[in-house]
Amino acid sequence: MPKPILLRGGRVIDPSQGIDGVQDVLLAEGVVVGVDREISPPEGTEIVPVNGLVVCPGLIDLHVHLREPGFEHKETIASGARAAVAGGFTAVCAMPNTDPPIDDPASVGFVYAEGVRVGLARVYPVGAVSVGMRGERLTEVGEMVDAGAVAITDDGLPVADAGLMRLALEYTQTFGIPVASHCEERSLSRGGSMNEGAVSTRLGLMGIPNAAEDVMIARDLLLAELTGGRLHIQHVSTRGGVAMIREAKARGIAVTAEATPHHFTLTEEAVDGYRTDAKMNPPLRTAEDVAAVRAGIADGTLDVIATDHAPHHYDEKEQAFDEAPFGIVGLETALGLAVTELVEKGVITLPQLVERMSTAPARAFRLPGGTLRPGSPADVTVFDPSAEWTVEPEAFLSRSRNTPFGGWRLRGRALYTIVGGRVVWNGTESRP
Amino acid sequence: MTSSSAYLGKDLVGLQDLSADQIRAILDTAEPFKEISERAIKKVPVLRGKTIVNLFFEPSTRTRISFEFAEKRLSADTVNVQSTGSSVQKGETLVDTARNLEAMRIDMVVIRHSASGAARFLADRIASNVINAGDGRHEHPTQALLDMLTIRDKLGRLDGVRVCIVGDILHSRVARSNIWGLTRLGGEVAVCGPRTLLPTDVEELGVHVFSRIEEAIEWADVLNVLRLQLERMQAGFIPSLREYNRVFGITRERLERAPRDLLILHPGPMNRGVEIDSDVADGPHSVILDQVTNGVAVRMAVLYLLAGGVPERAEAAKRAGEGD
Repeated sequence: MPKPILLRGGRVIDPSQGIDGVQDVLLAEGVVVGVDREISPPEGTEIVPVNGLVVCPGLIDLHVHLREPGFEHKETIASGARAAVAGGFTAVCAMPNTDPPIDDPASVGFVYAEGVRVGLARVYPVGAVSVGMRGERLTEVGEMVDAGAVAITDDGLPVADAGLMRLALEYTQTFGIPVASHCEERSLSRGGSMNEGAVSTRLGLMGIPNAAEDVMIARDLLLAELTGGRLHIQHVSTRGGVAMIREAKARGIAVTAEATPHHFTLTEEAVDGYRTDAKMNPPLRTAEDVAAVRAGIADGTLDVIATDHAPHHYDEKEQAFDEAPFGIVGLETALGLAVTELVEKGVITLPQLVERMSTAPARAFRLPGGTLRPGSPADVTVFDPSAEWTVEPEAFLSRSRNTPFGGWRLRGRALYTIVGGRVVWNGTESRP
Repeated sequence: MTSSSAYLGKDLVGLQDLSADQIRAILDTAEPFKEISERAIKKVPVLRGKTIVNLFFEPSTRTRISFEFAEKRLSADTVNVQSTGSSVQKGETLVDTARNLEAMRIDMVVIRHSASGAARFLADRIASNVINAGDGRHEHPTQALLDMLTIRDKLGRLDGVRVCIVGDILHSRVARSNIWGLTRLGGEVAVCGPRTLLPTDVEELGVHVFSRIEEAIEWADVLNVLRLQLERMQAGFIPSLREYNRVFGITRERLERAPRDLLILHPGPMNRGVEIDSDVADGPHSVILDQVTNGVAVRMAVLYLLAGGVPERAEAAKRAGEGD
């Protein structure tokens, strides 16, 4: 067991308890002992002065691609976990579109065990909805949950068959896990490589209309209503999607939804010049959509900020736009973008940021953490919301550097990432 | 080794990047070069000692041959590299192919590729001059230049000329390059075709949209009729070629009802009886073969300018070959 840690004099923000003020946080034996003014630590406690810094429950990313097994040249569970803690994340949820896909208890167990072996961020496996992600037959959800799965999804290969989606939303109710949905009607998006509109017309690229996403969001909301199952909508990028989710929540449908930093920051104009680091799915949309996503984050329609961290090798992105794969890395820029683009621009407050990046993700997938209540896991992020830094992709701990944010000046950076009471990131290096 | 033109810069990727003066310079330079192709000995030493690779990742007959004639008539040494299928299927990336060619010390690359942006991609990564001979659905600048040269020859101007591009605008690089080039020189451009084959927000490119060909014919001075590819029917964009011809085909009957004589252009190859009827293609208003002739002159002009030539000296440069 590591020594107890006292985080002294920081601004403690814990939305789960309504805390926002200068207090001390004591961690011992892997759990939070208490949050209070001027705690007297027991003998042998490591005292870390954190004046001027934010101390919050550890950030949780519900949407990352760690690429292992099968695509280790892009990322591994180890490199992804390093990138996570460097970005201030104490836990990540690994998507199942690996090779082979994570669609049975053995492969779920592999991801879980590898995360434990690496010993940095907690790695929660997300299992596939369908066997082989072929969209035909449900996986053994119960056994995957026993092996550590916290949700199911066919992310990247959306469930085309509405009947299968219905079954998934029903069957998962026994196990209390959500179905996460990458909403894309492929008959509307096929062949497309960016948002459909004036920019795709100018560049001569085939477009993906908002309707490709909206049609599927509408379908899944109706199925969640029909079944009473828990639906989590991934990476919402459209104004129509935000509006439908807002309305569904008002009707009492059990839905949570996430937004990515790139969708709340960039528009389709970023693709100009055929920049493959601005190619992702769903694509970057228009300024109107960005405004709607921001409004959705502000009013809680979009509960969660998640990265959709999608590493790709340099060679794979160094191609003509149509031929390059979708996706960008996000773990090491998410906190900075959220502070810079949302907090500094007055979209949300710092406590709301902590809510969207820690408390709400924990609640959506029913994960431990997301709180500093006594007895909860000692997963804590300490960040400096005013530290200004430059995004240097060459310095990423991820194996991949595919980001459109290289060279950006951001504010907000994690200085300590603590998992289970151990400092796994100290602002300059990661250590298990 | 590689030149950078004071007029055009290093590359010709698209007409969107060019100013009105630059486009005019190319058209003006093409004029004196036309005559070379009429000589008994069709060769001038303008590009002697230059090596040019024609890198065609998509099948092309007309454009490749036109470039090759232009290169040879300017005395360049040329190599043709043709590859069906994408570079990826070959197992070598586009950038590796280009770097290998460059390692052989070539001066210029003419590239045709199925991916939009491929020419820009190449131009940003190699020091040689890059000329776009068609990239995906993006641009085909030399085609638009030869279309513009043909219109200017016949009508004496481009300013104020009304050109309607008819057909599959969605997949057409020819349409995009024509739109940029013509609007920059003061022309008015419209598009007409089935809504399934018009790109979203096409109006934002600065064009009018006609949904009926009859309205387009009434409006236009020039029709640029695009090839309707069979695969568009197979992909379901239109129900049948027969219906396409009935609704959008350029027929003599339709042209006879036009308020003025129309100039008919077609970038080829034609599907007779689909987008254009034979009596129109072969009729008095068709300038389709003039386009082909002008294609060689325009490409000579582009090669000459990118190699560092200046428009005012094109006439003299051309004469240098006389008596060879």
